[in-house]
Amino acid sequence: MYDLIILGLGPAGLAASIYASRYRIKHLAVGELPGGTLTVIPQVENYPGFQKISGLALTKRLVDQAKSLGGEIKVASLAAIGRQGQTFQVKTKTGETLTAKTLIMATGMERRKLGVPGEVKYLGAGVSYCATCDAAFFKGKTVAVAGGSNAAVMSVLHLVEFAAKIYLIYRGEALRAEPIWIERVLANPKVEVVYQTNIAEILGDGKKVTGVRLDKSYQGKEQITLDGIFVEIGGVPVIALAKPLGVALDDKGFIKVAPDMTTNVPGLFAAGDIASVFGEMQQIVVAVAEGALAALSVFQYLKGHVEKNG
Amino acid sequence: MIILTDQNFEAEVLKSDLPVLVDFWAPWCGPCQMAGPIIEELAAEYAGKVKVGKINIDENTQTPMKYGVMSIPTVMLFRAGQEVGKEVGFAGKEGYLKLITNS
Repeated sequence: MYDLIILGLGPAGLAASIYASRYRIKHLAVGELPGGTLTVIPQVENYPGFQKISGLALTKRLVDQAKSLGGEIKVASLAAIGRQGQTFQVKTKTGETLTAKTLIMATGMERRKLGVPGEVKYLGAGVSYCATCDAAFFKGKTVAVAGGSNAAVMSVLHLVEFAAKIYLIYRGEALRAEPIWIERVLANPKVEVVYQTNIAEILGDGKKVTGVRLDKSYQGKEQITLDGIFVEIGGVPVIALAKPLGVALDDKGFIKVAPDMTTNVPGLFAAGDIASVFGEMQQIVVAVAEGALAALSVFQYLKGHVEKNG
Repeated sequence: MIILTDQNFEAEVLKSDLPVLVDFWAPWCGPCQMAGPIIEELAAEYAGKVKVGKINIDENTQTPMKYGVMSIPTVMLFRAGQEVGKEVGFAGKEGYLKLITNS
């Protein structure tokens, strides 16, 4: 049995492991993708200490640091979490059961889908959720990005290096990204922003994407001809696993946490994008801070239990 | 693990007697970097039963185009020269195992 299992291998989970190692907490960090959301971020420019670093390079540094301190990292998909008495049980999809005295939920967010016809059919055939991965397939082509937040705008700025023309299609009136990103997007002649418009359907020829149909006309037409569409409309917290534990959520579905990252369930902590503290501030610097705080709270919780129970 | 190219794809994959698992990847793709070690594990576990290869889509553009690959990681299974199944996006070990056993 571990003293702590950290669920999720993104920045929050890896930072929790780094701090747990330094607190000498016997722990395991488990998740399906080391780096998590960070792996698909083309360029990080706001993580203090790094002027510019790719999400992938920062992931490698975090993983190496966690491992070098003795952190045990396991790549596996999670099937279920339960609790028996004082012990948490974590089941993986390969049928393994792991047990621990405490858990840190750091499973982050999963990508929100448009939920329109054509999206599933043309996945990997022009529909993409990762501009970093797939921009190179669209050299000299016309693409669209759906969304208006940091992720959408960053994707546009990565795509301008490859594509000839990029439409940014956003349902809102004004982009919601950091102003420094917005300035760069608006200044780029390859980019055309379509405001207050939703994508109603992704069109294709049976094999690949050929365009999108909009919910209202843009420059006299309801369709835009495209070679690809990148969906960057945010995410939803991955809380299905934690629900059976009776964890309290806020009205947007994030895990409610106190400033020390404790939840309403004794022994269960949360950190990173899944936790409610900073709402929309889904940033690496916030995630790692929360991971560190959660590890400290686990340390204090475990110490308290030893003192209470001998 | 075989390194596949536009040049050797026909000989190694399409004319293979064994089923072939093909990993389309590129060095800049985070999820591909994470899929890589899993694909290598499968290559070892299925040695003699399934051939496993990876193709860098940056250095080899014809094969991805021929099979309509526009997103990576894409992992395909070929049997007797035909594409019989694929997983688009990081699918985890379970996803790739299913690809081998179900298609």
